[in-house]
This record gives sequence, structure tokens and C-alpha cells, in this order.
Amino acid sequence: MTSPHPRLLLSGDSALVVEFGDRIDPELNRRVLMLDALLAREPIAGITETVPTYRSLLVHYDPTRIGHAEISERLLELASRESEPQRQGRRWRVPVVYGGEFGIDLEAVAERAGLTTDEVVALHSGGDYRVYMLGFLPGYTYLGGLNPRLATPRREDPRLETPAGTVGIGGVQTGIQCILAPSGWNLLGRTPVRTYHPHRDPIFLMEPGDYVTFFPVPAARWEALERAAEAGDPVAEVVAA
Amino acid sequence: MSLIIVDSAGPATSVQDAGRKGAQRYGLTTSGAMDSLSLAIANALVGRDKDAAAIEMGPLSASFTARKGGVRLSLAGADRVGRVGSRSVWPNESFFLEEGTNLVLSPARSGMFSYLGVEGGIMGEPVYGSLSVSARAGLGSPYPRPLRAGDTLEVGTAQPAESERRCKLAPATNGPIRVVLGPQDDAMTPEAVSLFLTTEWRLSPKSDRMGYRLEGPRLTHADGFNIVSDGNVAGSIQVPGNGQPLALLADRGTTGGYPKIATIITADLSRFAQTQPGGRVRFAAVPIEEAQQEARAFAALLAGIASRVEPLVKGIAAGESGRF
Repeated sequence: MTSPHPRLLLSGDSALVVEFGDRIDPELNRRVLMLDALLAREPIAGITETVPTYRSLLVHYDPTRIGHAEISERLLELASRESEPQRQGRRWRVPVVYGGEFGIDLEAVAERAGLTTDEVVALHSGGDYRVYMLGFLPGYTYLGGLNPRLATPRREDPRLETPAGTVGIGGVQTGIQCILAPSGWNLLGRTPVRTYHPHRDPIFLMEPGDYVTFFPVPAARWEALERAAEAGDPVAEVVAA
Repeated sequence: MSLIIVDSAGPATSVQDAGRKGAQRYGLTTSGAMDSLSLAIANALVGRDKDAAAIEMGPLSASFTARKGGVRLSLAGADRVGRVGSRSVWPNESFFLEEGTNLVLSPARSGMFSYLGVEGGIMGEPVYGSLSVSARAGLGSPYPRPLRAGDTLEVGTAQPAESERRCKLAPATNGPIRVVLGPQDDAMTPEAVSLFLTTEWRLSPKSDRMGYRLEGPRLTHADGFNIVSDGNVAGSIQVPGNGQPLALLADRGTTGGYPKIATIITADLSRFAQTQPGGRVRFAAVPIEEAQQEARAFAALLAGIASRVEPLVKGIAAGESGRF
């Protein structure tokens, strides 16, 4: 039997989903980003915007310029092409103040995992994470590669407000939430890094396919880092890929 | 430059254009006018591009004053009347607001959103090509938030003219809102898909520019209500755990983890967005080919909207109701 993927799903009259699978999986994500890169290099006239996610690429297009049948054929052809080298992801070092008022769920996550809070911080900041996607809210960075011992289900009572810069765990994912928003994730800490800053160039720091590592910083440094980030300093450093 | 002063405004009043393109891959949604057809009409009446920025207003009353010069405005969208001194102002018409005079808009009789087009445009700093307000993202110009009393917009100065303009359009139809099934209709039971298409849904009061909640029978998922997040578009109808559909609109999240049973076709999005809370909605599935034919016709309607603008002859148009 042939694989049902990649397959095309209808997302209305002006967008198609190219679906490579239905799981969180680095190989699926690699293929998503490969197709995205391919479309950037060999644009199809009429495509207006692409949105990479964990396991699919949403392709927005203008139906006055290209019809469903033609774009379907061309996307399927591109999606089945094998491994062209993709853009080398950058590697970001991101400071985090863990625990206390900065990460009010650190103790609960530790307790559930049968670890001390120091062990949770060591495991979380010792991880090597891949940016799978940016989505839902501006700059919301979804990271893969969480140590399975830290996996923690989402909260049953999502909080109506969680602060900008929150670094949290939702199931097997970890991530950086950039703006004040409701969230059901478990809050480990906060980073002063703004993955989204409308008054900075660039407005967005990270791209899907980048890598992230965290390093703990003491709460005493928060104010200075936060002020620098507000002024437009990325605060996160890019290290050699 | 003239100024428009906001004297009073409902909470859903904001500067909106055709929306922000190119940053959905970073989680930044499009925002933009809820009713792109009415935006185009409002703009055409004052000689602006169909996608230019206008003042979007919810159904509550609002009032504005011109300062430092006259301004020419137009009204389109929800059915409501305005008053400028002793004169009445109607949807699908332009009008002149002299310096120091004040426009008072009554609440909408039907429909949700209205647009005030502005001759010479609204001054602002675009981000990703758009002045549209996205309050959550802290974007929008001149104010990165909805408008409120006391706000000041810099706009083009206009001169009185011999005649104002009107836009003639066939009235909108009342048929079902057309959808293309998918991308995850297969995550619902076949009964749920058929129930979705046969139910008369009620629009919940808990609806806003992010999305419209629909109330009716519970739609059952075939195998749980969580999917691995994928992309949302304007008109995506997702079905969360409670089985009540939520149609995602201008201020939607760019991605989401609930199955999407169907997508509203582009040509029907404006009409859907004008449904008031408590209003009834039915959906009808159409094939993709038909949806795209309608999308092309809708695009042609928007592109040609300026050709439907004609001089307003007093005494004929007055009192005629708007499109909604």
C-alpha cells in the first residue's frame, strides 16, 4: 500500500494544506520546511503566503491567478521531491529566569516528575530544541526536543492571563510565549527575549528550523535584561550553527 | 491635513484596511476589515483604493467631529443612519463634514459592522503593509488599539462639492452561507457533518473579531478533538471539545489544534460577518470549483466597485436603505 502522504486538504477556496503526516515528528517537520524552502526558491505564481506548522504547510493563494487543479498538481510534484539541502538553522541561546514568581508551576512540574526543581531546570536548560513552528500568536515559538521526563499535561483550568516571555511546558512540547495571553501550559520561567517586537528590526527573531538552548539567569538580572530587550536588543545570542 | 476627533465610539471601533500579509508564518494574523465588500464600497465613494484604511465600527452609536478643515466621508456596511446637523446620512453614500461639525451615527438596525471611508486617507505608519489594528499584537496605526473618545486621526482635507456620490449594488442575498468541507471534516463523524449542514445555527453573543461562536446541537468528533496544530484561514470553522462550531475571522490565531470541519467561501465571508448575535445561520457545502468561481466573481466585483459609483441626486436616494 502506498503512503497516504503527502496529501492535499482543502482549506477553503484560497488555501490548501499540504499534509505530510499527523504527528509531532522531526522528519515530518523537516519535509514541511523543505517544501517551504523550495517554494521560496521556485515560486509558483499566485501563491501569496505560506505557513509552516509541525506537520503540514498551509499555502495561501489567489484563485484569480491559479486554480485548484493546477496548484494541486504543482504542489504535489514539489512535495514529493526528495531532499534538497535546506537553510541551515541558526542556534539561539536564550536566558530564562526559572521558578518563583517567574515560573509559578516549576514546583508542580518537579513534583509530578519526581525531581527536584534544580533537576528540572538542569534538564530543561540542558535540552537542544528545534523550532518546529511559530503560530497561534505573534512570535509564539513551538519547540520540539523536550526531555520526556519533563512532559506535563496542559492544565485543566487554563489561566486567562500569562505574561509575555513565558517559557512553559504543554504535554511533550515546550515553547516561548511572546505576548500576554491566556494559556493552559505549565509555566517554568520567563525570558526577557522578545521573539516578537513590533518596534524592532527585525520584528521577529526566529525562523522555523532554528535551534534553541536555554540558560538560567538569576532573578536579579531580570530588570536590566528586560530593559535592554524593550529597547530593541535581542538579548538572545546566536551561536555558531 | 484635517483632523477627525472621536467624540464617542463603541468598543468595536478601529482603523482597518484589507489586512496584513506575509507574517502569518510568524504567528501574526491578518486582521483587516470584517466585511471587505463594505470596506471597498466605503473607499470607492471617496475615491480611495478598495483596500485602503477606513474606520470600522460595531453596531453601537458613534460620533465624530471634523477639525482644522473639512473632511469628506462615506458610510457603508450595516443598516444605520447618521446625522450631520439637520441632514441625514445613509449607507452607500458620501457626505461632507464641515470643520467644527459633528457626525452622529445611530446604532445599526441590522448588520454588525459599518465603515467610514475618508477622502485623502487616514495617516499612519503601516506594518507589514497595513494600518489595521490588532489589539493583541499591539499593532495598528495611528493607535495600536480600538479607538475611544478623545482620539484624533489625521486625515486628508476636503472641499465641499456640488454633488456627493452613491454606490449602486444589488441587495445581498439571504441564502445559506456556503462552505467548502475540510480540511478535517474526516475528524468528525459523518452524522456530525450532515448535522452541521442541516442545522439552523444561532450566533452566540460571545462573538467578536476573532471568531463567531455558533450554538446548536453538539457535533461529535470521530476520534477525539485534538489534532496536531495546523494553519487557520479566515472562515475556518473549527469544532472544539464542546462540539459547538467556532468560525475564525479577521483576528484569528494563525494556527490551531482543533479539527476544522469546513471553510466559509470568500464570497460569503462579508455577509457572514454582518450576522448579529442571536441571528440564525445555515451552511451549504459547495464543490471547490464553484467556490473558486464565486471567489473570482467576488474579486471582480471588488476590483470594479469604483465603476458603480455615481453622482448622488438629492431627493431620489434619500431614505433608501443600505445593502444590509
